[in-house]
Amino acid sequence: MAHPYMSNSVQDIIKELLDYVGVEKVDDLFSQIPEDHRTKHQFKLPKGVKSEAAVAREVRSILAKNKSCAEYLSFLGNGYWQHYVPAICKTVVTRSEFLTSVWGTTLSDQGRFQALFEFQSLLGELLDYDFVSLPVYSWGCAAGHALRMAARITGRKEVIVPSFLEPERFKVIQTYCGEPELRGGLKIVQVGYDPSTGRTDLEDLGRKVNENTAAVYFENPNSFGIIEQDAAEIVQIAHQNGAEVVAGVDPISLGVLAPPGQYEADIGVGSLQPLGISLNAGGGVGGFIASRDEEKYARQYPTLQVGLYDDPKTGTKQMAMVLFGQTSYGARENGNDWTGNSVYLWAIASAIYMSMLGPEGFVELGNTILSRSHYFADAVSGVPGVKVLWSPSFFKEVVVDFRQTGKSVDYINKALYENGIFGGYDLGRQSKELEGCALYCVTEVHTKDDIERLVSTLRRVLS
Amino acid sequence: MKAVRSDAYHAAKWSEPIIHELGKKGRRGFFAPSDGSEDLDVSKIVPEKIARKGKPELPELSEPEVLMHYEHLSQQVLGMMGISLFGTCTMKYNPRIGELVGLQEEVADVHPLQDPSTIQGILEILYKVNEFLCDLSGMDRFIFQPGGGAHASYTHACITRAYFKDKGELGKRNEIITTMQSHPCNAATAAAAGFRVVTLPIEENGYPSLEALKAAVSERTAALMVGNPDDMGIYNPEIKMWTEIVHSVGGLCFYDHANFNGVMGKIRAAELGFDACMFMLHKTFGAPKGGGGPAVGAYGCKEHLIKYLAGPLIVRNGDRYDLIENSSPPAVGRMREYLGNVPQVIKAYIWLRSMGIDGVQQASDISVLVNNYMDKRLTSIPGVKRALPHLTGPRMEMTRYSVEEIKQQTGVSIIDIQHRMLDFGIDAFWLSHEPWFVPEPFTPEAGEMWSKEDIDYWIDCFAMVCEEARTNPDFVRTAPHNQVLPRGEAVDVDQPDKWATTWRAYQKKWKNK
Repeated sequence: MAHPYMSNSVQDIIKELLDYVGVEKVDDLFSQIPEDHRTKHQFKLPKGVKSEAAVAREVRSILAKNKSCAEYLSFLGNGYWQHYVPAICKTVVTRSEFLTSVWGTTLSDQGRFQALFEFQSLLGELLDYDFVSLPVYSWGCAAGHALRMAARITGRKEVIVPSFLEPERFKVIQTYCGEPELRGGLKIVQVGYDPSTGRTDLEDLGRKVNENTAAVYFENPNSFGIIEQDAAEIVQIAHQNGAEVVAGVDPISLGVLAPPGQYEADIGVGSLQPLGISLNAGGGVGGFIASRDEEKYARQYPTLQVGLYDDPKTGTKQMAMVLFGQTSYGARENGNDWTGNSVYLWAIASAIYMSMLGPEGFVELGNTILSRSHYFADAVSGVPGVKVLWSPSFFKEVVVDFRQTGKSVDYINKALYENGIFGGYDLGRQSKELEGCALYCVTEVHTKDDIERLVSTLRRVLS
Repeated sequence: MKAVRSDAYHAAKWSEPIIHELGKKGRRGFFAPSDGSEDLDVSKIVPEKIARKGKPELPELSEPEVLMHYEHLSQQVLGMMGISLFGTCTMKYNPRIGELVGLQEEVADVHPLQDPSTIQGILEILYKVNEFLCDLSGMDRFIFQPGGGAHASYTHACITRAYFKDKGELGKRNEIITTMQSHPCNAATAAAAGFRVVTLPIEENGYPSLEALKAAVSERTAALMVGNPDDMGIYNPEIKMWTEIVHSVGGLCFYDHANFNGVMGKIRAAELGFDACMFMLHKTFGAPKGGGGPAVGAYGCKEHLIKYLAGPLIVRNGDRYDLIENSSPPAVGRMREYLGNVPQVIKAYIWLRSMGIDGVQQASDISVLVNNYMDKRLTSIPGVKRALPHLTGPRMEMTRYSVEEIKQQTGVSIIDIQHRMLDFGIDAFWLSHEPWFVPEPFTPEAGEMWSKEDIDYWIDCFAMVCEEARTNPDFVRTAPHNQVLPRGEAVDVDQPDKWATTWRAYQKKWKNK
């Protein structure tokens, strides 16, 4: 009867508890549940395996069927990127205190609140924003919430998003925008890209933005990895029409690229994943929301925030929940959207990551990623029939055009896989016009040798 | 049994500065790898107008400084290091083998866009957890996209929207019914998805009456979203009739199974008439809460809703697992990116394999038994009353109480008591969701992990603090005394000149005064 996870799974203790409560058997305590609610189902879930050794062996043998980006040389990205995760990002967040805590108060869990405040604070420096919330589930969820914030601020019902947005993120945004027939539903208008540059088509944007536009959403770098050098113009076009601007950014680029605060985007969102979180088969997502510290924005956040203040009574620095009353915890359906369990443990990993990098680390890493990805672009362009679209203004991801080789991306990726390489994401899966192109992701984890290995394999495969 | 002594516990206190106050110019904690491929003129690639002006004003620290700072902060977290009976959250053991497995390359370094043939292990585990949850609930298919319970609730609201759009009834079906005792996220996510929310108040029996539900349903009803048992440990025995009534007008029924611990292996959502339900794989199924995620609100539904499910679905073809997509519309495309928080699902698999059906049923027995043991002991403390005291029968896995009488007699509030309990190494326990309809509420949940000695210690401390409230109320009102920081003044930080969510805002608002 004893089970290692249950301290009271001992006959004598059960007896003692039953005697104290004054019932003969545990079932007597389920008297609230009518007999015809009780299931007669024969469960298929097997009996428990109480030996950890046995369970560990079973799970590890199943997982051994996986291939990983550690074993294979991977160029997969598409908004979800392989970066090096410093060891202490992993060791600290697996400490029992952070790992298993629930949601105490600022007095019971002072350290966790401070770490979460520091997350907001470090990110604020990186983004050049004074107001930062605790994270939400993912980049797409952050963008969705931010667009709805903008709609509440402006009272308008249309949002403009790139037509070439990474499809997972686009679908999440669609879900958040809902149905125009229902309350709070937003209509999505798509803006295209300039086929000669891979950047947002400003003329198209100018045609589509109007007095119904609540927000313009764009990303920098965009979903093709291209640096939106006209970010300030995008912001200007939106603002001239009274629309808010939501900018989606890759935080790891912000040592070298201008932060959204610098080109006056109103709300900044993005992915936490590059900041010290492993890929986790997609389980490393996390999204942030930040803005200028203005009431207009602050009062529309759906999230929780940790605030720092000087306590007049004790002279200590204390933390408090900021604007809790406007969340769904505080106001149910009258709150801003909704909030819930999120990815706060990842926020702590990100705080550690940002502390380790510091100003020099972010600049150096940004430069390294730029250099490596451009080294890659030059090298891969040397393969007959292969070219890179929209060079040179890209960061980390780059569109490789295989159309002249006469081979499909699927064919090429299968051949690369036979050689221990995960090729880039097949853009033909999301758009007919990019059939034959693949999005390659190159970061600091890719060495010169890795790139040479890919290039020589490609030469062989395509010859 | 541990004796209750005022000096038995003291929190670690490191007087840890805010990270921005640490470090010295020039220190480094990180270097990017270098192999000679970096000799690029960056200014040719990043046009001046989009280059960052000035470096980010981050602190400059060495690696051990960063490590020590965050380890110190971790030591200033009480959480589950002491006894944490956080009702509605089912605090239980999180097997650490799950953490070690989660760090393995076959999990940590897997990219979600890898070909399904290269992630067969992950797909197999997700598929099996799906089967286990179907077995426990009677549902036909689970997805793991939602990143928490509230996200699963939002998933249901979005699936309801997709379902009625498909039937051409979207504008007409614009109401979702919930109850005052269901989690606030049910009401909030229904509203966020565009529905009008109808909230039924609780009545004499501890839940809304059938008459109230009958009066609320109509051809406008899109769905019912409800938790059961509620946070007071009250099980609604009419729930089968509820699902019938809602179905009779064409609405969908969603079972928020956040409070599953007491009924695991006893009831199945589908048999009670529900079309869909959600389980929290963190909390109920042994994955850690992480202080607020990453988590999984596994969402399951019956056959007729499968075509509306969001995200890639895992199918089994012989020995091989594949990913397929529902066509959207009518399906909801995504609740978030990719398959979900995969490591948490693996941890739930480990927990389910270790517990098995026998362990799961035993856990529900123990959590209900221990709750009723706690109930008998707690209600014998002067001034502690059950919520809805006229309902005298046994409660489920948690019970809500009130110390209103103590507040009236001594001025000591439940928040004061909660703070004072910290002095004994007891984590801030759960009070109640907003709005409080029981004055001075608290809601402990014992679960199956804690020993009888732990539970007795918790109750002994609570009894002692209630006694202190009568003999030395000021001492309780100024608690905690053994924690990291003393209690500060209640400053209203919801004012624009007071809130500071970043160091830079704090510098502007608090340092220039």
